[in-house]
Amino acid sequence: MERYGIPLEGFLVISTAMFFIGIYGFLVRKNLITMLMSIELILNSVNINFVAFNSYLFPENMQGNFFALIVVAIAAAEASVAIALIINIYRRFSSIEVEDIDEMKY
Amino acid sequence: MTAYKIMFYLFAAMIIVFSILTVTSRRILRAAVFLLFVLISTAGLYFWLDYQFMAGVQLALYAGGIVVLIIFSILLTSHIDQKFSQPHWSKRIMAATAALSGMALCLLLFLQHTFIVGTNPPIKNDMTNIGTQLLSTEHNGFALPFEVISILLLAAMIAAIIIAKKGK
Repeated sequence: MERYGIPLEGFLVISTAMFFIGIYGFLVRKNLITMLMSIELILNSVNINFVAFNSYLFPENMQGNFFALIVVAIAAAEASVAIALIINIYRRFSSIEVEDIDEMKY
Repeated sequence: MTAYKIMFYLFAAMIIVFSILTVTSRRILRAAVFLLFVLISTAGLYFWLDYQFMAGVQLALYAGGIVVLIIFSILLTSHIDQKFSQPHWSKRIMAATAALSGMALCLLLFLQHTFIVGTNPPIKNDMTNIGTQLLSTEHNGFALPFEVISILLLAAMIAAIIIAKKGK
């Protein structure tokens, strides 16, 4: 089925590209905050998949919609805890580059 | 070429271009703003699919909440006029190879697969249905995940305060 001339695969291609761009960023970046941004990209790409599958394949249900809502809530919780950790790390090491953070215990 | 198609390709191009800029930009504040553009274009895709509530949540929570939190922590922890050094070329090539091979595998798998399209009449995706199903304990109800997510959010909030507060 196509909707307004766009098949389901169009959405899947976008979310796959976004997911692996996020993976690339996670592997290349050394700053904790930019790594967190890559994780947000990955989570967001998964949400596109949920909503597109719900809309194209199971239009009589709303499971995909609720899954995406719950993923957004978990992403918010994860970001707030991660940022609290990053601020604490900055206070101890005066840096948020992963290479400077090599001690686990004081 | 209808207006719908043009909108879809516009959002798709914005998502991919700004995602790449997010992971390659050498100034951290610019990377955060590019991430904001990615999230807003994703909300556009949800509007395109007629999921207004999901798009609203995306705009309010992601674009309004998480990006503000990230920018806030950037201002607390980084010198915003400082540019990142370019990562080593071997590292970039290895990461790009890993990402591209994974992408090729995924594209190969799902472009060969034929999806069985739903033929049932679509449910109306409005606030009434979403609210009823989210708090219903009947079949198709989502009361349990709703409560679990509220406990998770409370726990995350307490954890964030405890971690970030100054020790003693």
